Amino acid sequence: MSATTFGSGIRRREDPRLITGNASYTDDITLPGMLHAALLRSPYAHARINGIDTAQASEAPGVVAVYTGADTEGDIAPAPCAWLLPDSDLKIAEYHCVAKDTVRYVGDIVAVVVAESRYQAYDALDLIDVDYEPLDAVVEPKKAAADGTPQLHGEIEGNQAFHWTVTGGGDIGEAFSQAEVVVKETIVQQRLIPNAMEPRATLASYIPATGELTVWNTTQNPHIVRFLCSLVIGVPEDRLRVIAPEVGGGFGSKIAVYPADFITIFCSKKLGVPVKWVESRSENYQATTHGRDHVQEIELAATADGKITGLRATVWAGMGAYLSTAAPGIPTILHGLMLSGVYDIPAIHEDVYGLYTNTTPVEAYRGAGRPEATFMVERLVDLLAAKLGLDPVEVRRRNFIPKFDNGHDVVTGLTYDSGNYDGALNKLLGESNYEQLRAEQAEARKNGRYIGLGLSTYVEICGLGPSQVAGAIGFQGGLWESAIVRFHPSGKVHVMIGTSPHGQGEETTFAQIIAGELGVSPDDVKVIHGDTDNTPMGWGTYGSRTTAVGGAALALAARKIRDKAKVIAAHLLEAAVEDMDYDDGKFFVKGSPDSSKTIQDIALMANVAWNMPEGVEAGLEATTFYDPPNFVFPYGAHLAVVEVDPDSGNVDLKRYVAVDDCGPQINPVIVEGQVHGGIVQGIGQALWEEGVYDDDGQLLTGTMLDYALPRADRLPDIEVHSTVTPSPHHPLGVKGIGEAGTIASTAAVYNAVIDALAPLGVEAVNMPLTPERVWRSIQAAQGRN
Amino acid sequence: MTIPVSITVNGRRYDREVEPRLLLVHFIRDVIGLTGTKVGCDTSQCGSCTVLLDGVSAKACTCLAVQADGASVTTIEGLADDSELHPLQESFWNKHGLQCGYCTPGMIMASHELLRCNSDPSAEEIRHGLEGNMCRCTGYQNIVRSVRDAAETMQGGTS
Repeated sequence: MSATTFGSGIRRREDPRLITGNASYTDDITLPGMLHAALLRSPYAHARINGIDTAQASEAPGVVAVYTGADTEGDIAPAPCAWLLPDSDLKIAEYHCVAKDTVRYVGDIVAVVVAESRYQAYDALDLIDVDYEPLDAVVEPKKAAADGTPQLHGEIEGNQAFHWTVTGGGDIGEAFSQAEVVVKETIVQQRLIPNAMEPRATLASYIPATGELTVWNTTQNPHIVRFLCSLVIGVPEDRLRVIAPEVGGGFGSKIAVYPADFITIFCSKKLGVPVKWVESRSENYQATTHGRDHVQEIELAATADGKITGLRATVWAGMGAYLSTAAPGIPTILHGLMLSGVYDIPAIHEDVYGLYTNTTPVEAYRGAGRPEATFMVERLVDLLAAKLGLDPVEVRRRNFIPKFDNGHDVVTGLTYDSGNYDGALNKLLGESNYEQLRAEQAEARKNGRYIGLGLSTYVEICGLGPSQVAGAIGFQGGLWESAIVRFHPSGKVHVMIGTSPHGQGEETTFAQIIAGELGVSPDDVKVIHGDTDNTPMGWGTYGSRTTAVGGAALALAARKIRDKAKVIAAHLLEAAVEDMDYDDGKFFVKGSPDSSKTIQDIALMANVAWNMPEGVEAGLEATTFYDPPNFVFPYGAHLAVVEVDPDSGNVDLKRYVAVDDCGPQINPVIVEGQVHGGIVQGIGQALWEEGVYDDDGQLLTGTMLDYALPRADRLPDIEVHSTVTPSPHHPLGVKGIGEAGTIASTAAVYNAVIDALAPLGVEAVNMPLTPERVWRSIQAAQGRN
Repeated sequence: MTIPVSITVNGRRYDREVEPRLLLVHFIRDVIGLTGTKVGCDTSQCGSCTVLLDGVSAKACTCLAVQADGASVTTIEGLADDSELHPLQESFWNKHGLQCGYCTPGMIMASHELLRCNSDPSAEEIRHGLEGNMCRCTGYQNIVRSVRDAAETMQGGTS
């Protein structure tokens, strides 16, 4: 590979259009004759609809149409859930895109107005009269499981969407009955609201004369949108084109295909003109999927010298009022199977109850199940250390899976690919000067200052994943990726990929892969994605899979090109193929580097095809479908240093040091950016963010004013380091990095705060660790109420 | 009811009839079609819609178009000098100060204001100065680096 391209922190090619205002996001696109849709959403968390009067709205200025559930019946199928979790008694409630007779969360759609302008559409929403009969609501997952609570879906008993278990290794009961030490905790993984900066939007343009439909959508996975739209709306896939234009972040909230998307398409189909819907931010808080919302009862069994012998957990996972597209797999497959963490744990058992609640549907949110797993494990390990009076470093070392290069089985059934967990921790301790920090902490305590150090040593599963596994775990799609690499006569390259990055920078990193594999300049490579008419099938960007899976497809397509080019070069140089050699874009006869052809020479000759070898097709192009043999497992070790002010409860995050291992880094600057952003989202969960409902199901954190997002002035510079352990099964050795920071950081910050508060007797505080909560926990621990 | 307004945007005058309730950001995006300025919230928290109003930064979602009558507005499209990027744009590119790019126009315009008021800000001053602009991708660190880098360039120092 060319040393100047692969591994180099070159500037992103995405940026010139983004820094000049020339990028087009969905809401930036206007079509001739386009109308605007606005959605009337339920103000009640649970209510029967006794009647809807749209007469006045229909007469309002600029209004073209008003539709209710009755109008869409038969034309829009229920929004599908596409992760049919097996062996879990999965019960999928019908998710009507426009409510029929009952609304089940604040934000459930009741009607749609289509008007000439967005302002007119919003005006008309106020004129729709809905006769609601409010019903009792339930918002907390554990309460939803209790007897006598309001039931969301009559046919689904006890609000239970599923009950999933994972059991692995030795007898879990025995592990606990024979344990010398047991530690326990109840953790609330609070509800989070993803807050991609670009609100969701859909623009649908249906042409009645041809039956063709084009949809611009803020999505992480346009091919899945096409597939599901064809099923729900009934436009055949060959006439349905989905375009993800510039997409302003997703973090999991743009995986699902939403009722609003189907409704916008329905309106365009019905009216025969383009229709655009754009959510407001407040609407985004109500109706775009949320994340987390677990109640976790966890316990760890161990020997007196700190060797873990078993882990047991029960999780109540709030799913919201309906199951979103990928929702059932998040608190189960992507969570429960990761409970061994970086440790040798001989017995694991977890029960997960997925529960319907009168809240916004819960989906993947950056990390998606793995942050919740990492938090559990890293919390338990710290509790064990505290109980045994050992340093958290020491307990981790006593339980780490030893270094491995090519596969390690854990009892949950996964085979980790490669890892050196102690190596990452050692690097972290060195870079952070951990021993010195401990000494400073002890000194500070003498002076009445409460400094805390928090560790998180994590491994995560990403690069989703083998399609055979996808089928076995009920994911209603494949998980391979495909790529087309096409050389033009002038030697310039087009790359078409099925997966769809939305801010991560793969237009740049993928050009670097091609440059590395084929010796062309990255500037000569255009990466095309996000348009189902112009790209091969792909399953999308989530689960840190685009570089791990899509990048592998691309590398293998490039290698096919190289093989074909070598045959053509041999022919042109009148040499035998086996006598040919290749280096950095040049094909030459072994031992005679002067007798050579560049890849650009070959591209021209293959495209004009005047003189091709016998049996070799014209053109220089390759397509690859890459189905990974296994997942990839990035890992690392993070340290947070905090100081807590006991008088105010304020947590000051003083330092954050990260060591991450995602294998070889194609562009280290982009990797670092992913690490920064990921860590800050996890810090947000630990310290500030929480989606709060009152008991009636009203979302109290319904605007950016009420939901505390991380801000620039509340954060320290993050110190980023790495180790490099290639994945043994990946063509480039690379692992994903998009979610690692979030997976690690919440536990690190939480552990640091608890460490700081230990002298005050505080053992647990529910997240987010706001000054009020911390202060109250100190008062309670000190016996002051 | 509509009201005539005359607003100069990026050096060009636009005479339009607008509803009194029309927000400046919607005037910019929907009436004259400059979509570089973004809308990220509806409570004036996110700062994605930040523009310069008579040279001073303003969140264009908190201002009515009629209030900008007679004013001169600069949006992200007007920041570069012909084809030459503004030092802030260069620095955001050089220091990886953006990922999805959605907050970026507002972030750059807010940074422009920051440097107008303080040509040599410390990292802490930059963090404080940008607290009214939300970014969900970068964790802000490279934005701080970008602004610092631009400050050095604009002062004629080395970056």
